[in-house]
Amino acid sequence: MHGTSYSIGRSPKRLEDHPLLTGAGRFAADIAFPGQVTMRVVRSPIAFGRILDIDTRAALDCPGVLAVWTAADLTELPPIDFRMTRVDGLEPYRQPVLARDFVRYVGEPVAVVFAEDAYAAEDAADLVFCEIDDLAPRLDPLDEPGAFAPGKDAGLRTEPAVLRKGYGDVEAAFAAAHAVVELDVAIGRHSGVPMETRGAVAILDPDTDILTLHGAAKVVHYNRDAIARMLGREPDLLQLSESHVGGGFGIRGEIYPEDVLVCAAALRLRRPVRWIEDRREHLMAANHSRDQRHRMRAAVDARGFILGLDVCFFTDQGAYIRTHGATVSDLAAALLPGPYIVPAYRVEGRIRLTNKTPCGTYRAPGRYETTFARERLIDAIARRLGLDPVAVRRVNLIPETSMPFDRGIDALGTHVVYDSGKYRDLLDRTLDHLGYPALKADLAARRAGGEAVGLGLAVFVEKSGLGPRDLARVNLGPDGAIRIVTGACSIGQGVETAMAQICAETLQVPIARMAVIHGQTREIPIGFGAFASRVTVMTGSAVKLASEDLLGRARVVAGRLLQAEPALLTYRDGAFHHSETAASVDLAGIAAQSGEGLTGEGLFETSHMNYPYGVHVAQVRIDRETCGVTVERYLVAYDIGRAVNPMLVEGQIVGAAVQGIGGALLEEFVYDADGQPLATSFADYLMPTSREAPPIEVLLREDAPSPLNPLGVKGAGEGGLTAAGAAIASAVDDALGHPGLVTRLPITPLALHEALTASAKR
Amino acid sequence: MNDRLAITLNVNGQSYPVTVEPRKSLADALREDCGLTGTHLGCEHGVCGACTVIVDGRPVRSCLMFAVQAEGLAVCTVEGLAEGEALHPLQRHFWEQHGLQCGFCTPGFLMLAAGAFEADPTIDEAEMIDVLSSNLCRCTGYQNIAKAVSLALQDMRAGV
Repeated sequence: MHGTSYSIGRSPKRLEDHPLLTGAGRFAADIAFPGQVTMRVVRSPIAFGRILDIDTRAALDCPGVLAVWTAADLTELPPIDFRMTRVDGLEPYRQPVLARDFVRYVGEPVAVVFAEDAYAAEDAADLVFCEIDDLAPRLDPLDEPGAFAPGKDAGLRTEPAVLRKGYGDVEAAFAAAHAVVELDVAIGRHSGVPMETRGAVAILDPDTDILTLHGAAKVVHYNRDAIARMLGREPDLLQLSESHVGGGFGIRGEIYPEDVLVCAAALRLRRPVRWIEDRREHLMAANHSRDQRHRMRAAVDARGFILGLDVCFFTDQGAYIRTHGATVSDLAAALLPGPYIVPAYRVEGRIRLTNKTPCGTYRAPGRYETTFARERLIDAIARRLGLDPVAVRRVNLIPETSMPFDRGIDALGTHVVYDSGKYRDLLDRTLDHLGYPALKADLAARRAGGEAVGLGLAVFVEKSGLGPRDLARVNLGPDGAIRIVTGACSIGQGVETAMAQICAETLQVPIARMAVIHGQTREIPIGFGAFASRVTVMTGSAVKLASEDLLGRARVVAGRLLQAEPALLTYRDGAFHHSETAASVDLAGIAAQSGEGLTGEGLFETSHMNYPYGVHVAQVRIDRETCGVTVERYLVAYDIGRAVNPMLVEGQIVGAAVQGIGGALLEEFVYDADGQPLATSFADYLMPTSREAPPIEVLLREDAPSPLNPLGVKGAGEGGLTAAGAAIASAVDDALGHPGLVTRLPITPLALHEALTASAKR
Repeated sequence: MNDRLAITLNVNGQSYPVTVEPRKSLADALREDCGLTGTHLGCEHGVCGACTVIVDGRPVRSCLMFAVQAEGLAVCTVEGLAEGEALHPLQRHFWEQHGLQCGFCTPGFLMLAAGAFEADPTIDEAEMIDVLSSNLCRCTGYQNIAKAVSLALQDMRAGV
């Protein structure tokens, strides 16, 4: 094994950083074309109501305004379809690109204004008047389902689907139980909130009739096909192009109404059309997420071993079912049992619609929520039986000898089989790393001294590497430069560097002369994009195969050049060596003799996800006066199978952990009784700053490589976040000596104060 | 609204004669009229700090300042931070310490730290970390930003 500074397992500086450091980045708002028109969206000021009239006359009279459209101007555009987890019966709840008949949340697009510049467009948009007959908004997903379209279609209800999954004999488990532990917990509404708002710029080339959408992200190939279908265009006549993307987190890059509107407008107005979201719009228009309520019952034996688990949960999906369909509920239902054996399980996931911003996925979707719920339940079991919570976890963890572990359930249309894992070993390593007994004693001493300090621990399983396939091409140009063409997308996670390192591992050449192409539909026919922690697993494996294919082709050329049997040549440090003559030729020399250069291709396919796992530990201090929670220390132990670039992996974990802490303590989209969103600025939607972000320790392990891909890798993107709510909740309980106190996230000072007051009254 | 004013902006030592509406923000003028798109807009209400630039030696939210207010003042943006090919110590350490992921907030953090140092060259590490809490990053968890800024502070003090 060679060990150059750029191969797998090393942490070279990122290929992508130089332009981002010098102001040369090209984000969506940096893309401008001569003659461009600015689009501004007029949004509903009302949570729920019938549209009586939309008066656009005053806006049309404004200087610089070219057009104003409402749904009546776009009758040919269908609603936005599901990209994932299509469940029968969801179709009528899809979102139209502009509101039709009803407005269903504050922020819903009702009209669009096109003007010569952004200032003129915004002035005119203010003059569009929506006459709306208010209806009582539906805000509590636990209310009895009612009519989705009152007076119009009585058949449509605000519970569009119920997912049911399970295995084993749940009734028998409860009949045999030593005890039954029940728990009701909730996770607030929060979301990814990337620092770059969304943006979409569409331009039509009149000569080729090709329409290009800039500002695309995440899943450009799927989105090209879906938008082309909506527009009634051949997919070949639509290109999606990703430039720099300022954060993804699940929400960026899905198809939203605005993406379709700029495309439709560029075709109709025959001018480039540009839309850049402002932050207020973003906080009420881009996907929200989480927002689940879990009612759980566990049948346990005297050791705390879970014999059976019976769960009903509600997902507040907001006003429409967007591109993710039933994804979040599906993942929650399938992955709730996490790292534990749970021989019998029954779950019912009720999808409910309310008059709030529609939801999609946010980093660790379904796992952040269910890890909070499940780990709270484990703590409750320990409390009920008077056992140590760590011991209860240990008794329930799936042993290494049971791997691969077939859960007997499906998620995202794939069978859930945990591919590899040493859960108990990682738990032990985590406790060793912490010096657990001494740390517990130290915190107990501080509590005895009057401080409210505590420790919380949570164990989780993540999932990553969703298929079905990915294609990559590695081209060795005549000048020796290497171009890696992928169907992946980059949302800032370091795709270029990671792909280059995987290529470098095979080709044994530095990454500096490599260019990594991503997010360009015109460059490659197949691409499944960047989500579900899939890029390093899927695209990375394809890049490895493509690199090997390229090397095989290069070997044939080298054999010819060195007049040797290709199989007898030795490849070392980027060159083929003849063992007898000592002659050699490097890749650049081979390229120079290969005309157009050489291209290797790799297609990697899989029908299973893989399952990284980890442990989060939080140590918190609480100010009893203000009920403010400070995270003093935070540890993420995570087994990634194999780390391509440990620096990037740790970067992912640390960043995700801070997002998780935000969701646990600060972030929430709150609505008033009329359905008005109260968090529409960064002054109201609070995200962690460097003040709230504790130092995050990462215990990165490579103990259980995935047998499902040639690299052995598992995904790094989400595990830093997954158990944050669970670990912090447990730590808060511990700090206050109130086991079971926290039943809801986020644990804001007000919420904590109320919980303490309620508990004192009991 | 349409009474446009002709002003000259001095950005990174260069003069930019521009004609802007009085209500145009400095950020918009830098991006649209000067073509300097390295200054990013993350919230347009002064919280996230992505648009931070240095005006007369102090870090400023360019989304909260009108372009016309910057006339006659020296504005420095991220495009002016490196000296030719030589990266500024902050840029260098952000790169080495993995202080950026998506890179959208990065220009704001760089200009915030550079501006804080320019305003007070005696600023210590703890004060600098405190200053960093005025900007938002959603990717890094701040750990590597803090590391990079601390290392850069040593270099800036030493004049490296």
